[in-house]
Amino acid sequence: MACEVICSAFHASPKYSSNNPARSRIRVIRDPIADIYVPVYAGEYSVAECAGRDKYTIDGKDYDECAFCRASCPSRDLFKEPDSGLPLKCDMCESDPPLEKPMCVQWCLNDALIYEVREEEVEEEVKLEDLEIGLEALADKYGLTKIMDIITRMSASKKG
Amino acid sequence: MRYAETGFNLEIDLTRGSIERVATDPGETGLYLGGLGTNAKLLWDRVPPEVEPFSPENLLIFAAGLLCGTPAPGCNRTIVSTISPQTRLMAFSMMGGFWAPELKYAGYDKVILRGKSPGLVYLWIHNDKVEIRDASHLQGKGANETAELIQQELKEPKAQVAAIGLAGENRVYFASIEQGRSSASRGGIGAVMGDKRVKAIAVRGTGDINIAQSVEFLALCNEVLNYIKVRADNPIPGVMPILAGLGSPQEMRIHDEKWHTESFMWGNSRERRKDFWTEEVEKEWMETMENARTRLISCYNCPMKCAATISLPGLPTYMMKCFSKLTYTMAAFSNLDFGLRIAQRATEYGVDAFSTPQVMAFGLELYENGILTDTDMKGLPSDNDERFFWLLDRIVRREGIGDLLANGTYWAAQEIGKGAEAFAHNNIKKTEQMPLKLSMLNPIYFLMYCTGEKVNITQIEGQFPQMPFETREEREEFVKDWVQVPDEKFKDYFLDWELRGEKSFPYYPTVQMCCDIVDWQEKMHYIDDALGMCAGLSSFPLKPPYHIHNYPDLISAGAGIEMDEARLTKAAKRYRTLVRAINIRRGMRRKDEKPPENHWKKRFPELEKELLDTYYTFKGWNNEGIPTKESLHDLGLDYVSDDFLQRGILTDSDKEVSHEG
Ligand code: SF4
Ligand code: SF4
Repeated sequence: MACEVICSAFHASPKYSSNNPARSRIRVIRDPIADIYVPVYAGEYSVAECAGRDKYTIDGKDYDECAFCRASCPSRDLFKEPDSGLPLKCDMCESDPPLEKPMCVQWCLNDALIYEVREEEVEEEVKLEDLEIGLEALADKYGLTKIMDIITRMSASKKG
Repeated sequence: MRYAETGFNLEIDLTRGSIERVATDPGETGLYLGGLGTNAKLLWDRVPPEVEPFSPENLLIFAAGLLCGTPAPGCNRTIVSTISPQTRLMAFSMMGGFWAPELKYAGYDKVILRGKSPGLVYLWIHNDKVEIRDASHLQGKGANETAELIQQELKEPKAQVAAIGLAGENRVYFASIEQGRSSASRGGIGAVMGDKRVKAIAVRGTGDINIAQSVEFLALCNEVLNYIKVRADNPIPGVMPILAGLGSPQEMRIHDEKWHTESFMWGNSRERRKDFWTEEVEKEWMETMENARTRLISCYNCPMKCAATISLPGLPTYMMKCFSKLTYTMAAFSNLDFGLRIAQRATEYGVDAFSTPQVMAFGLELYENGILTDTDMKGLPSDNDERFFWLLDRIVRREGIGDLLANGTYWAAQEIGKGAEAFAHNNIKKTEQMPLKLSMLNPIYFLMYCTGEKVNITQIEGQFPQMPFETREEREEFVKDWVQVPDEKFKDYFLDWELRGEKSFPYYPTVQMCCDIVDWQEKMHYIDDALGMCAGLSSFPLKPPYHIHNYPDLISAGAGIEMDEARLTKAAKRYRTLVRAINIRRGMRRKDEKPPENHWKKRFPELEKELLDTYYTFKGWNNEGIPTKESLHDLGLDYVSDDFLQRGILTDSDKEVSHEG
């Protein structure tokens, strides 16, 4: 797939000096006979595989349990450097000067991939949610009072 | 460091079960590029003319083109070469899809098979790990079915699998090698794979491909992509829809089949149906296609979508491309629904979609004419469509009459006798051609038909419009941005070309112009086949993104080989000549270089002789089509002329010619 080729080429050093879809930060989960094409770009690294995995049926097509997951995770070789096994993550083609559009989008002439800047607010909301979920998990584990104590101490030490 | 190519071939001796990883000589890449070029060198060096197609000494080579696996858009061809059971000459069939780049990522440029395995096997190439595995459980399985079973058994959904079906296993002379959305179909190479007892080759690779001058190379690729966009927005006016854009003919996308159904022949390339394409037919076929087609699909790293997944009620989904949409339908005088259904079975069996329908129509013609009898055809259904399914089943199993027909129309006719030869009327070099019968001799196509060693017109033609445009204004408009021409003179050839009058067929383009045009067309195809480029983005369509002016830079920047137009032209000529040398050594001569007798109604024997004489001389071949000592010397192919002299094919005077074979 063009996106896989160009992503791996962009991240080679020196830039474009080699390419290898196995190093790409975007992968197309592809099963033409079943008419399955899911472009997934690499997200966070995960130390453990998640429980609660499920199979999905959408439009009469059966998708594998991990088809839509963006994590580089121990259960699969997706989004890992083929030789070192180090996790890969999409960096939106970070570069200086910044690109107008990420490489995979530029190389996708079929408009399967599009790039749009989402409203800031939305992004913040997402982040807040993340934080909340994280905090909740911590509170469950250590108790809310303890967490609050630590936060007070941390903010005090930051100020000082 | 090697760039674009990996620098390693896999040599597999199936008799002994040995596997070797062999470093290749970079000097050979400079001379023969890769893909078809280096395949030809291997066949010249290692397969002497005494070797029969089904001999363990025959090689079956799967090559990834020189630039496959690089970011060059559309560069994904696997070039399969061997000695063909059908023509007894060198066969080189190409397939698109995903296999060649995967082989590169696994670390190899070619897989070279020799010997014969004692039992049915498949190969599993996973980076450094290469295995010959038992395939007895896959015997008789369909080609797509096999691919799926292998992916499951290896737990490797990303493995790319090239497989044969029943036809290959049973050495049908027109058996193909199938690979999902693509196939290498011509020349019966699937039969050679079956003869070697190799059911499939599965590949998975996760290594890097290196680029010599990366920034330059990427800039060139971006130019290509941009040009593809420009061409998508600006279809060429004045030509039929399937020729207006890029890609291989857009059979899956375009519903208007007036041109094919009314200009091409039906049955055993017999009958033209000039008023076939009615509104009613159009509506019915469009419905059939819309209901069957789930999606238009691409090859590896290509923005075009030339194939489609086809799902018909009650049949497994399969992938279809190009003209196989119509070949079965037209051979059987049937409809598109029948064509799509039988193509599903034919794809699983793994047979060529040009030869197979014609072979079946030929069989039925022989029966209607009393040459094949009720005894020969025992069990033949009465329903027309059913007859084709029945024949297909017999051919791929080599049962009864199927055993004869499985050798193609030429060989079957020879064996049947009783005048059957006259019914095998659409062959060149023993191979079934496009079902096309026309009126006025076309001197350009005459030369291509005669001398093309791919033995398949669609893989030789391209670039130059097939017909003149009606008015000079239209022609002027066309040449304005015709940057692909190797020389400005081609624009003049086209500008002066008229539909009627003095400057029209058969005497215009002049003999010399025809030589130039055909040489250009052929050269671009040969370059594509060495680089692994899809002809659909290069040698086949009008105004393609790849051409003689950007190829040298792509090769230099990608593969790190110093290249300019002159060098590239010479390299292409070198391995093109080597292909001819292999065939000459196997007995091919001028007598074999002719179109089907009835291809054109209006023939011009004197002009045709002049055309062939002039073209031979232009190419550096003697009057028998044998490359001369001088021209071989110019190309650095003295080893070929030495061999020719030794065998008496050329004599020292270079004039006399022996007639063997
Ligand atoms: S945005 Fe850039 S880094 Fe992310 S997947 Fe696309 S090409 Fe790769
Ligand atoms: S142009 Fe069509 S046939 Fe050629 S590589 Fe692209 S998708 Fe494949």
